[in-house]
Amino acid sequence: MAEHQHAHVEHPDMYDPESSKIGMWLFIFTELLLFGGLFIVYSVYRYMNPDAFHLAAEELNTFIGAFNTVILLVSSMTIAMSTTALQKGHKKVAIALVVITFIIGIGFLVNKYFEWGIKFSHGIWPGSEQMLNEMSQGEILFFGLYFVMTGLHALHIIVGLIIMGFAIRGVANGKVNAKRPSLLDNCGLYWHLVDLIWIFLFPLFYLIH
Amino acid sequence: MHTTDAVNGANYLTYQGKYKGLLGWIFSTDHKRIGLLYLYSIATMFATGVLLGLAMKFELLAPGKTIMDAQTYNATFTVHGVIMIFMVVVPGLPAVFGNLMLPIMIGAKDVAFPKLNLLSWWLYLTGVVLVLCALLFGSGSPDTGWTFYAPYSFKTGTNLLPAVFGAFVLGFSSILTGLNFLVTIHRLRCPGMKWSKLPLFVWTLYGTAWIQLLATPVVGITLVLVALERLFGVGVFDPALGGDPVLYQHLFWIYSHPAVYIMILPAMGAISEIIPTFSQKHIFGYKAIIASTLAIAFVGYLVWGHHMFTAGMSGTAQYYFSLLTFIVAIPSAIKVFNWISTMYKGSINIQTPFYWAVSFIFVFMVGGLSGLVLGSLATDIYVHDTAFVVAHFHYIVFGGTGFAFFAAMHYWFPKIFGRMYDKAWANIGWLVFTIGFLALYSPMFYLGMMGMPRRYYDYLEEFHGGNILSTIGSWVLVTGFVIIVVNLVRSARKGEPAEVNPWHSRTLEWTVPSPPPVLNFEKEPVIGEKDGPYNYE
Repeated sequence: MAEHQHAHVEHPDMYDPESSKIGMWLFIFTELLLFGGLFIVYSVYRYMNPDAFHLAAEELNTFIGAFNTVILLVSSMTIAMSTTALQKGHKKVAIALVVITFIIGIGFLVNKYFEWGIKFSHGIWPGSEQMLNEMSQGEILFFGLYFVMTGLHALHIIVGLIIMGFAIRGVANGKVNAKRPSLLDNCGLYWHLVDLIWIFLFPLFYLIH
Repeated sequence: MHTTDAVNGANYLTYQGKYKGLLGWIFSTDHKRIGLLYLYSIATMFATGVLLGLAMKFELLAPGKTIMDAQTYNATFTVHGVIMIFMVVVPGLPAVFGNLMLPIMIGAKDVAFPKLNLLSWWLYLTGVVLVLCALLFGSGSPDTGWTFYAPYSFKTGTNLLPAVFGAFVLGFSSILTGLNFLVTIHRLRCPGMKWSKLPLFVWTLYGTAWIQLLATPVVGITLVLVALERLFGVGVFDPALGGDPVLYQHLFWIYSHPAVYIMILPAMGAISEIIPTFSQKHIFGYKAIIASTLAIAFVGYLVWGHHMFTAGMSGTAQYYFSLLTFIVAIPSAIKVFNWISTMYKGSINIQTPFYWAVSFIFVFMVGGLSGLVLGSLATDIYVHDTAFVVAHFHYIVFGGTGFAFFAAMHYWFPKIFGRMYDKAWANIGWLVFTIGFLALYSPMFYLGMMGMPRRYYDYLEEFHGGNILSTIGSWVLVTGFVIIVVNLVRSARKGEPAEVNPWHSRTLEWTVPSPPPVLNFEKEPVIGEKDGPYNYE
């Protein structure tokens, strides 16, 4: 053992795609419970203020909501196709598909920007004069939750986009490949989660009457 | 060969990695170094929390103002709580001894995600710095209690935001540790290490990790909502805007009750390692301990309402939560019976870790049984929010987790540092600490029963006697703590070199040199059909 003394000891390469996948799924559980807390808050206040929630939901633009739902579903498809492409060794196709997903994600945020912008121009934001003076408590809660939940979701979209950036770089320089696909796979899993949460947010805020 | 290893220094304490000196520690992905980083940071925070506790007890030495006014007292117990809960007992055993020992106990080279493990520690440090910012800067230290109850948390003029954010970051660190351990236990067990051969400390870390993973995000989002409430007035918990402060309490306790089991389960695991070792006997009811660990982890999710019996809750819900509270006490009792049965007819080797383990059982039982007083509806109304509650949870959280932490410290110390501590001083430290502990918290049961409320800097003249005893107890306890720390710190540098297996344990960490080499095992261990963690006969 003496020759090991003061030698550079590096940890071995412990890459295990199965571990990465389990780790990602566990992380997804925590994300679901994070939003789960908000869903509890939403259901309690919806139960307490059914009429106000109905009234406030009329303010939201179902078309933009539906459009965003559709493009997000499409983006889930493209990222899934990308992981398959990488498995088959089509590096360029894989990159192109992540880039498409990335662009759709940006598109979602742009729509969100305009949606929030319209609310702001109507004087609706948490703590605004308009809300405090003219709205019932139920409506204040509805819009409070609307901004918190869609805002937190948008934050997840941004995180997803950043991870995609790393995935694109990894695939491009070959560190993420058919034998070591975890980064792209996990990026895809995360993006599906972001999609899944939106699938719940959309009916809760836009559709239920 | 083992001894040369320990002396020459080709071990995890002395190896030269990519970086030198301090950087070689704070950027190390070695699970053992990260465990020690946690040990030093948690010990520092513990000492800070102890000083605040000491100040509170000093204030209560006499009725009226002794050394601080009401506002300062509020800030002191808040900060004491935040530090002790989020920075000491929740990460305590998993982050320190889990990191140090878990991979070795299952025959692995490291945890599944070593970089993520380092990130957890950095997040821990970030959380600590954020909370300290709340103390040092802005308009005064937070004064809401560690629970950040609404509406205090958005009405208070103190600098609460960094503390809430710090608690959130600490939660994130805890989640990542739990995630890492779960994957490690699932994927990195050495050949032959079946689930039925896992040491019980590993099993309890497994149960704990699930709680960390599934309960912490709920308090995470709750703290985010409090922060948004403070920043933007979202209204979710503000009655003036239609929100419900009681809903805050529900969400908070949905995490914070399971968090109690994050604190106690690994403590039980450490005790389940120590008792068979010092009885030189197979653990009694191995499977019963595993089953009760998982039962606690599961049922622990469903009892949060017992923190809110007086906060406004339907009678049905109260019965439900009270019943489940009694049910969750059963698995804990099963463990106590198993530990005691393990000692029966064992060949008992009385050493410092064993003293700590036995006193753990005693204080844990007192804490647990007094918990039933709080879990039954009629008596809870009577002692709710009194010093009785404070005595109860200090017996469990400090008596349970704290004693188990010291037990584990004295048990694994020779393995961690490769040196043995001075056993006589360690025993004296234990004795003084235990006497101080009993003197400090036992009078609070009585004071609470007599009706002394918690969280006041002042009290009626009739409570004076009990409070004097309690305050003197706090001095004795701190004396014991100082003896323990001085002995351990001194021994880590100058103690006698430790043997590979000083306690004659059978778990894997005692087969590797003390301190362990960087990659733990020279060649991957294989567990045979007949081997087991507690096969002493």
